Amino acid sequence: MSGRRLDQGGQVDRSQPLSFTFEGRAYTGFVGDTLASALLANGVSVVGRSFKLHRPRGLFAAGSDEPNALVQLETGARTEPNLKATEIELYEGLSARAVNCWPSARFDLGAVNGLADRFFPAGFYYKTFMWPDWHLYEWAIRRAAGLGKAPKDADPDRYDMRFAHCDVLVVGGGPAGLAAARAAASGGARVMLVEQDAALGGRLNWDAAAIDGTDGLAWTDKVLEELDAAEEAQVLTRTTAIGYFDHNLIGLVERVSDHVEQADSDKPRQRFWQVRAGQVILATGVEERPIVFPGNDRPGVMMASAVRRYLNQYGVAAGQSAVIFANNDEAYLTADTLHAAGVEVAAIVDTRVSVSPDVLAAMSTRAVPIYSEVQITATRGRKALSSVLVSGAQVDEWIDCDLLAVSGGFNPRLQLFRQSGGKPDYDEAKAMFVPDLSVQAETSVGGAAGELGLGEALTVAHEAGVAAVAESGYRAADLVAPVADSRAPQLTPFWRVDEGKGKAFVDFQNDVTVEDIALSARENFVSVEHLKRYTTLGMAPDQGKTSGVTGLAILGELTGRSVAETGATADRFPFVPTALGTLAGQARGELFRPIKRMAAHEVHEELGAVFEEYGGWARPAYYPEPGESGWDAEQREALCVRQAAGLFDGSPLGKIEVVGPDAGTFLDRIYANRLSNLKPGRLRYGLMLNELGVVIDDGVAACLGENHFMVGTTGAGADTIAAWLEEWHQTEWPELDIVIAPMTQQWGVLTLSGPRARDILDAVGVEADISAEAFPHMRFIETNVAGVPARIFRVSFTGELSYEVNVPARRMPDMWRAFMTAGQPFGLSSVGLDAWMVLRTEKGYLHVGADTDGATVPDDIGWARVMKKQSDFIGRRSLTQPENLRTDRYQLVGLETVGSNAMLPVGAHLFMGGADGGSEGYVTSSGFSPTLQHGVALAMVKGGRARMGQVFEVRMDKALHRARIVDPCFYDPSGDRLND
Amino acid sequence: MLRITCPYCGPRDELEFRCGGEAHIVRPGPPETVSDEDWGAYLFQRQNPVGAHHERWVHEGGCRQWFHLVRDTRTHEVIAVYKMDEPKPEVPE
Repeated sequence: MSGRRLDQGGQVDRSQPLSFTFEGRAYTGFVGDTLASALLANGVSVVGRSFKLHRPRGLFAAGSDEPNALVQLETGARTEPNLKATEIELYEGLSARAVNCWPSARFDLGAVNGLADRFFPAGFYYKTFMWPDWHLYEWAIRRAAGLGKAPKDADPDRYDMRFAHCDVLVVGGGPAGLAAARAAASGGARVMLVEQDAALGGRLNWDAAAIDGTDGLAWTDKVLEELDAAEEAQVLTRTTAIGYFDHNLIGLVERVSDHVEQADSDKPRQRFWQVRAGQVILATGVEERPIVFPGNDRPGVMMASAVRRYLNQYGVAAGQSAVIFANNDEAYLTADTLHAAGVEVAAIVDTRVSVSPDVLAAMSTRAVPIYSEVQITATRGRKALSSVLVSGAQVDEWIDCDLLAVSGGFNPRLQLFRQSGGKPDYDEAKAMFVPDLSVQAETSVGGAAGELGLGEALTVAHEAGVAAVAESGYRAADLVAPVADSRAPQLTPFWRVDEGKGKAFVDFQNDVTVEDIALSARENFVSVEHLKRYTTLGMAPDQGKTSGVTGLAILGELTGRSVAETGATADRFPFVPTALGTLAGQARGELFRPIKRMAAHEVHEELGAVFEEYGGWARPAYYPEPGESGWDAEQREALCVRQAAGLFDGSPLGKIEVVGPDAGTFLDRIYANRLSNLKPGRLRYGLMLNELGVVIDDGVAACLGENHFMVGTTGAGADTIAAWLEEWHQTEWPELDIVIAPMTQQWGVLTLSGPRARDILDAVGVEADISAEAFPHMRFIETNVAGVPARIFRVSFTGELSYEVNVPARRMPDMWRAFMTAGQPFGLSSVGLDAWMVLRTEKGYLHVGADTDGATVPDDIGWARVMKKQSDFIGRRSLTQPENLRTDRYQLVGLETVGSNAMLPVGAHLFMGGADGGSEGYVTSSGFSPTLQHGVALAMVKGGRARMGQVFEVRMDKALHRARIVDPCFYDPSGDRLND
Repeated sequence: MLRITCPYCGPRDELEFRCGGEAHIVRPGPPETVSDEDWGAYLFQRQNPVGAHHERWVHEGGCRQWFHLVRDTRTHEVIAVYKMDEPKPEVPE
């Protein structure tokens, strides 16, 4: 193949040259080119290598169906693998390489695979690498496999996401789509028209046709003007519909900046649209399909429609001397087009017995030799086509040519229709799958509906546009449907040449041949889905656009079934490969899962806090002083709480108010223990279970007043427990007269803990009497603190005298500063979560989700007493299921090391008599107690409570420790400090 | 992605909702009268029909109200939507 640019013709702007590089060599193209058309214009014949055998391949198509010209675009962080050169609009400075070859597509060392091709039949991997173990071979095969290379650095581009609603979405801006959109928009409905190419008009861009007595492209411009004038109509070009989802949701990828050298900084690279459409009109057109014959993958063999498109849209002749091989009338259109452009047409090779005289009469190239009832049975040429062998009853002749234009018929693009759930049917007369049963509110028009005659397609599309808006209650204006010639090309099915020698490729990208399909059939992979997976037919980045239907038809022939009986494989999202960045949109980096900040976040920053994420919140882990490590800070803070006092930000703790006459009854059903008898001003610790009896949350509930409770939850459970309470109220007990109000973020919580806590709170200034007598442990008061209305809960998670001072969230920064100032003389320190966890582990206080898991029931953590409760509660019945009554269940115990003061790692397993005996349990929480000067740990141990004093082995890296089961409470077991 | 008509807010994308599984499951009780088998069935046995499925959904990103809907598990067609206190509609299997 020796392509060249013509002096005239096409839509490229010859006054605006663009320079680009391919495989390191510099070339020039024009504005309006694709990378593919520019390469062809520069005479580049080998554009890629096949996936398995590394055979040299040239351009085969001109659109998203291109199987060969896969490139790696650009380098560095912006590099993108496996793009089709046919879909890349040329811009100044573009740089690309072919994928899957080294050092270049023209000369590829991987081509040695081709020498051994008889060792690589379908299923080769499955059969060869079974023994003794696939994993022995996997690394080597993974290295050899794959096409382009993923970028190593983060994507520097910005991606956008939009949601839209419309009455009618028209997919495809060819003549049918334009006619439908024009009719639909005329009545004022919200209409969206999307076109994957840069220009509207579809096929009119390369096959001239008259519509309404004028040139097709002039008609296109006129329709675009009408759509621009319609207020509610929107036209998106460079926009591909990639997915059709439930309830008429369509995913679109708009390539906003891909076609320019340097994007505006205020524009994203691509935009992902999710469009909910009342009605969808699919005007996606047809894909031409090839005929399969020996030697059909030589560079220079090209789809006939692509040959015309390169010629008429881009002004590029794909060769000097062409042969046309077809089973349909468009062969003569192709011959005519080439002839008109001055390209020699050496022969038309028609598989059919006869051709309609009309078609022949219309030909301007009557001097061209026409061969009927013949086939091409072989090709020659090393890296480019040089001749083809035409064989038939009367002929057996080599014809020199550097271009072979092939057409085996047309496949409506049914991908979106099938994604919508629609069922296609095989139309024997047209030899194509056409839409049959619709499931969603969509209709196909034009080529997508199997209608190849332009005039008929326009009429039907116009009517479909009128009908679609009527569904949304609009009346289209009284327009006349566009008029054009209605003749459709005649075709006689012909799928493959069954003679001759040489490989006959069906799927170019994955090197699947007719022989592979035959092998698959012999080995009984006769279902189309099995064939696909066994041979990888249609599984390459072109997703079988040129190979799918043909492969299935050949399987049908080989197994004695019709195409209809053989069926077709499923089409799945996305229609074309899509960048992950496009689907992610803005949801990346910090915005991937935004982390909540507490009201006093800035004060913690001022205090030098190191933040970590806990349960979706950024919380201070510790507040290091100059020169301190995180460990030093944690130990100092923990000790400070024991010796003086610490201030901890407990704001994320869940605070859910339950109010109403039935509040007590409701909470009795929610909590495993009783709450209804709690008196105003009192607090009680409670456990919540799910229906499986598993502990899902714990916390302190408060009775704030008559029929007024506050449910305290863990920080992580704040949102889920609020939703959980609503679910039970609304779905199971709607008769209970209550209101549930999550107040977590309305209240900030200053948790003041330590022996000097009362002194400090007094110093801050509290109106109420907070003496031990007036305000004992597990009580609640509502008062003013430093003039700010506050709810104070006297409850402790550290084992020290503690006050949880709740103030309106917006007052948190001021209050934190006020507490720190007032507390300074008493030695108050800010305390982070790390120290907090050490303190609660010293006390053996449970942390749901750390010490418990998805199987922990109350008895496992020492709460068998919930079964004494008289009334039912969520999960109660599960607690008497046999599994939950076993005595060897994992139970929560304390662990102290024997013979050292080491800190045991969380997750370490406990053994008795060596590892062979299996695990007896595992460490769930662990810390180093600065007060006790040894490690303190909690563990879940099989039957643990009955095994007090037993000593286990604990493996820790390579060291072996010994640990004894003890009571979980290591510090102040009598609780004197708590009640002080 | 489904489009669901919340009985309180109107049509919204599925993104705003959470599915709570099969609806109209009766919670057995009182606990001491329920056999292990019956309780196990309540916890784990579900209809999983081909066709009309009665489900509970909550408009979590909206009014936070629970409601019922009937969905065809083959086509995802939403056949009916009704409030918690409304009777179960008659739908073809």
